[in-house]
Amino acid sequence: MSIRARLFTVLLLMTGVVWLSACIWIYTSTRDRLERVLDARLLESAKMVGSLVADRTISVGLGRGNMAAERGPVDPGETSPSYERQLACQIWSVSGRLLSRSESAPAASLSDHSSGFQNTTIDGASWRVYALVKPETGVRVLVGDSVKVRKRLVDDVIKGLLYPAGFIMPLMAGLIWLSVAKGLEPLQRLAKGLAARNPTQLHPFTGDGTPSELRPMIRALNSLLARVHSSREREREFTTYAAHELKTPLAGLKTQAQVAMRSTDPEIQRQALKRIEQSVDRTSRMARQLIDLASVDAADRGEQSGQVDVAALLLDVVHELEHLSRSRDVEIVCAAKPAVTSADASLLRLAIRNVVENAVQYAPCGSVVECSAEAVDGMVNVVVSNEGPGIAPEEQEKVVERFYRSPRSSVGGSGLGLSIVRMSVDRLGGKFGFSRPGARFEVWLRV
Amino acid sequence: MRLLVVEDDDVLLDGLKVGLELAGFTVDTVTTVADARSALEHARFDAVVLDVMLPDGTGLDLLQHVRGRRDRVPVLLLTAKDATTDKISGLDAGADDYLGKPFDLDEVAARLRAIIRRGEGRSEGVLQSQGVTLDPARMEARKDDCVIPLSRREFAIINALMQNPGMIFSKSVLEEKLYGWQEDVESNTIEVHVHKLRAKLGSNFIETVRGVGYRVGRAG
Repeated sequence: MSIRARLFTVLLLMTGVVWLSACIWIYTSTRDRLERVLDARLLESAKMVGSLVADRTISVGLGRGNMAAERGPVDPGETSPSYERQLACQIWSVSGRLLSRSESAPAASLSDHSSGFQNTTIDGASWRVYALVKPETGVRVLVGDSVKVRKRLVDDVIKGLLYPAGFIMPLMAGLIWLSVAKGLEPLQRLAKGLAARNPTQLHPFTGDGTPSELRPMIRALNSLLARVHSSREREREFTTYAAHELKTPLAGLKTQAQVAMRSTDPEIQRQALKRIEQSVDRTSRMARQLIDLASVDAADRGEQSGQVDVAALLLDVVHELEHLSRSRDVEIVCAAKPAVTSADASLLRLAIRNVVENAVQYAPCGSVVECSAEAVDGMVNVVVSNEGPGIAPEEQEKVVERFYRSPRSSVGGSGLGLSIVRMSVDRLGGKFGFSRPGARFEVWLRV
Repeated sequence: MRLLVVEDDDVLLDGLKVGLELAGFTVDTVTTVADARSALEHARFDAVVLDVMLPDGTGLDLLQHVRGRRDRVPVLLLTAKDATTDKISGLDAGADDYLGKPFDLDEVAARLRAIIRRGEGRSEGVLQSQGVTLDPARMEARKDDCVIPLSRREFAIINALMQNPGMIFSKSVLEEKLYGWQEDVESNTIEVHVHKLRAKLGSNFIETVRGVGYRVGRAG
C-alpha cells in the first residue's frame, strides 16, 4: 500500500470519526437541553392553564370539550410539518371527568398519575405529560408534548449537520488526496532522482530544499553512495592494475615466442621455450592469486567459522607446495603441534599457503624453510622462516600492498602474495608480522 | 647500434635482448631506474628502450632526468598502460615513441631504427655509399644488385660507419657499439671484421685513418 493511499485512508477515517463524534455529542447534548427546555415549557404551560382556571378567566364546560372531541385529535407528528400544535392540554375534574381539552389533545386521558412528569403511550403515540392538580378549583391540568415531535426536533438538528457532511466529505476526500500528494512531493522528487540515475552516477544528493524528515535518509543514502563509489573506484583501480600487470608477462611471452620463431639457433630456441614455460607458470600463479585476492575481498569477517586444525592445515599446504620446493631445491621442515582454533578454514589456508609459498620462493637454493604451528593462550601461532634476505624494516609496510615488488628482489613475483596474507589475516581478526631472530627471517601469523 | 633496455620483468627483458640482438642491435640491460641512470652516465647508447613501471620509480622520472641533462638519446617507451593520456604524458616527458604491451618484436626494432634515424637527421631507411646499399631493416647489403650476406657484427660495424659517412670511428668506439657489457671483447676482432667487410664490399670501401680509426667516404 502506498504512503499516499495509507495517509489518505487514515486521514479520511480520522476526519470521519471526528465528524461522527461531533454529531453524536451534538445529538445527545441537544436532546438533553431540548428535553429540559420542553419540560420547562410543559410545566409553565400547566401552571398557566391552572392559574387561568383558578382565576375563572376561562370557564371549562362539558359541551365545549365535546365539540373538540368530535373533531378528533390532530396527530401533531404526522400531519404538521411545523412544530405547531405540539402541546396538548386536558383539564379534568378531580372526580375524573374531562372538563376541556385542546384541539391537539386525544380524548383519552393523557395520563393517570397525580402530578409531575410522566411518559405515557396513548393509541400508539408517545407523550410526555405534566400533571398539575389544583385542589382549590377541583381540576387536574394535564399538559403533554408529543415525543415524536420532540424527536423530530432533535433529528432535524442532526440532519442539518449530516446533510452538509454528505457534500463536504467527498470534497474533503479530494482535498486530502491532493494535500497528501503535495506533502509527499519531496519524496517523489527524490525517488525520481534516484530512478533517473545510471549505475555510474554515484555523486551525493544535495539536501537543498528537502524537508527535515527526509534529511537523515538523504544523509544515509549519501553515505552509502560514497561507500559504493569508493569501493567501485578501488575495484576499477584494481582491475586496471591487474590488467596492466598481466600485460607485461604477455609481452614477455610474445617476445620469447617471436625469438623462438626467428632464431635458427637451437640453443636460443630452447632457451626461449624454457622462458615461455617459466612465464606461463608465473602468469598462472598470478591469475590464481588474483582469484584468491577477490575471494578474500568478498569474504566477510567472522563468517563460516568452524574448528580448524591448524597443524593439519599447515602439513597439507606444505604437501601442496612440494612441487615448488623441489623445483627450487628447498626443503620444508614442519614442526606442527596439535593446534585447533575457530576460524574460516579457507581464509586461513590462503594466508598460510601464501606465507609458505613466499618463504620457498625467496629462499636460497638448497636451504631449509621451517614451519611451525602451536597453540598459545587460546590463539594459534604459525611461524614460517627461511634463510633468505628477508624484508627490510622500511619495506615491511609496502610489501603488503597489492602489486608491490621489492626492487632488490630477483624473483619475479606477482606482488600479491603478502597482500593476500594481510587481507586474510585482517578478515580472520588475527595478527601478522615479521621478525628476524638470528640468521633466519620469520613471518608469523596469530589467529 | 647499441641499445639500453630498461625493464624489470626478466622474461620480457631476456626476450627483448635476444630478439633485438637478432635484429642487429647490441643490447645492454638493466632492471632499475638507478642502474639505468648510471649506465646512461657512463656509456653512450644509440637508443633506450624504457619500461614505464619500474620497481624503484617510473620510466618517466628517468626520462625527465635524462632530458634534464640535455641527453638527446632517442627513447622508446614501453608500457602496459596504453590509455591516450598515458601516451601523451610519456611523449611530453621527452619520449620519442611509444609502444603498448604486448608488442611485436619487429615493430620494436623498426621503431628503434626510425627514432635513431630521426635523431641523426635522416628520413630514409636505406643507407648508400659508393655503390653499396645497406638496408638495416633486413640487415643486408647490396652491391651492383647482388645481395651480400653480412654477419651480425659485420652489419653493426658497417651500419655505424655508413650512418655517419666521413666520420672517423676509433676501434674502441666501434667495440662499444658492438659489444654489451656482458660480452668479452677479443683484442683484434674489429680488425678481423673490417678485413672480412673489405673482402665483401671492395678493398677501398672502408678507409683506414692511420692511428685514429676507420671511416666510409662521404661521396656516393
